[in-house]
Amino acid sequence: MQTLKTPLKEHPFFQGLDDSHLETIAGCGRNIQFAAGETIFREGQEADYFYVIRHGSVALDIHGAQRGAITIETVAAGEIIGWSWLVPPYRWRFSARAVVKTRAIALDGRCLRGKCEQDFQLGYELFKRFAHVFSERLDHTIMQLLDVYCENPAKKIGR
Amino acid sequence: MNTPLAEPMQPVPYRIQGFERETHDTFTLELKAAGEVSPWVFAPGQFNMLCVFGTGEVPISISSNPADTASIKHTTRVVGAVTNAMNTLKPGDSIGVRGPFGSSWPLELGRGKDVVLIAGGIGLAPLRPALFELLAYRERFRRIILLYGTRTPRDILFKRDLKRWRSHFDLEVYITVDRASGAWQGMVGVVIKLIQRAPFDPSNAIALICGPEVMMRFSIEALQQRGIGNENIFVSMERNMKCGCGFCGHCQYGPHFVCQDGPVFGYDRIASIFSKAEV
Repeated sequence: MQTLKTPLKEHPFFQGLDDSHLETIAGCGRNIQFAAGETIFREGQEADYFYVIRHGSVALDIHGAQRGAITIETVAAGEIIGWSWLVPPYRWRFSARAVVKTRAIALDGRCLRGKCEQDFQLGYELFKRFAHVFSERLDHTIMQLLDVYCENPAKKIGR
Repeated sequence: MNTPLAEPMQPVPYRIQGFERETHDTFTLELKAAGEVSPWVFAPGQFNMLCVFGTGEVPISISSNPADTASIKHTTRVVGAVTNAMNTLKPGDSIGVRGPFGSSWPLELGRGKDVVLIAGGIGLAPLRPALFELLAYRERFRRIILLYGTRTPRDILFKRDLKRWRSHFDLEVYITVDRASGAWQGMVGVVIKLIQRAPFDPSNAIALICGPEVMMRFSIEALQQRGIGNENIFVSMERNMKCGCGFCGHCQYGPHFVCQDGPVFGYDRIASIFSKAEV
């Protein structure tokens, strides 16, 4: 019987993780599918899972009262969504919806937290990977905040 | 080069042949010589000095197809007094042109290789002629990939071109925006993510980048992480170009004059000064 270990092993996020750790992680997971437009989770809800995207695309939205939903990023196959399960109070900081039909592996955050408490090596390996994702997304956010395409060097020279 | 360079400091009168609004703050001017001049010849990546008489003169990249020698197009954003004045020009109005000036995209180096064009915002304009030329000699290159990042969906330039290019089976176009509202079904995120995913062979590719310097800096890092060497990365720099001939020194960039040695530089030539705040 094929377990989730194989697709997890093939996913870039888990690259280099040893088989026993993959087995442990797979034990907290299940396959899941979302239809185009389906909400995966909403801002403020309890964050019990994180999602390993296998196919499709997911939009991460923040809701502004007057402005409606603003998409801040789309995430595609080969990426993951969600780290709120790692940080108290374990609530989603944004909403996620499938842009197209999307297949993913949902990993139970509570289950994983428990396993990481028992196996610090697993915890360290997972945190290294999340640190990389944090750092990359921080870089991207900095670029977005800088609003670089609005940068206007020409103003300095009176264009 | 074109005849106006015979008197490089003297603007040649041109007429506005067409005015096209690209987005809410960008527009394209199509210019045609007012008198008899030889066909307009330029290389992709070069720029002209455009003079609105009585207002001032600014450097603007050429955005038209190099194969179209009857007229010339410039695409710019409204950012100051001169571009504001340009924004009010109508077909038949007069404008002065000096150029073309500067270096061009080294498309010959892309022969037999993947060519990755990375554009940020208005930076798509100087890459547009390169894309026309690459498509005109399509058989010389392997994959041609355009990665384009901009602010929001309404800031996307050259929408008709992009639709047409996307319909080519031998050209890959990926677009991302920094933020979007519900109607947008495309990708949201920085252009760096496109570089990380783009299907090119880093050991056999050249990359041409044009956009804000911060975006180019992050793009270069992403390309290096993919394994492209500095000698295969080319950037278009923007500095305070005035004379266009290397006389005045306004556009000095370390040991270079951007108007003459640039605007297109091999990154290996400027890597040591590229991220220095003082330069």
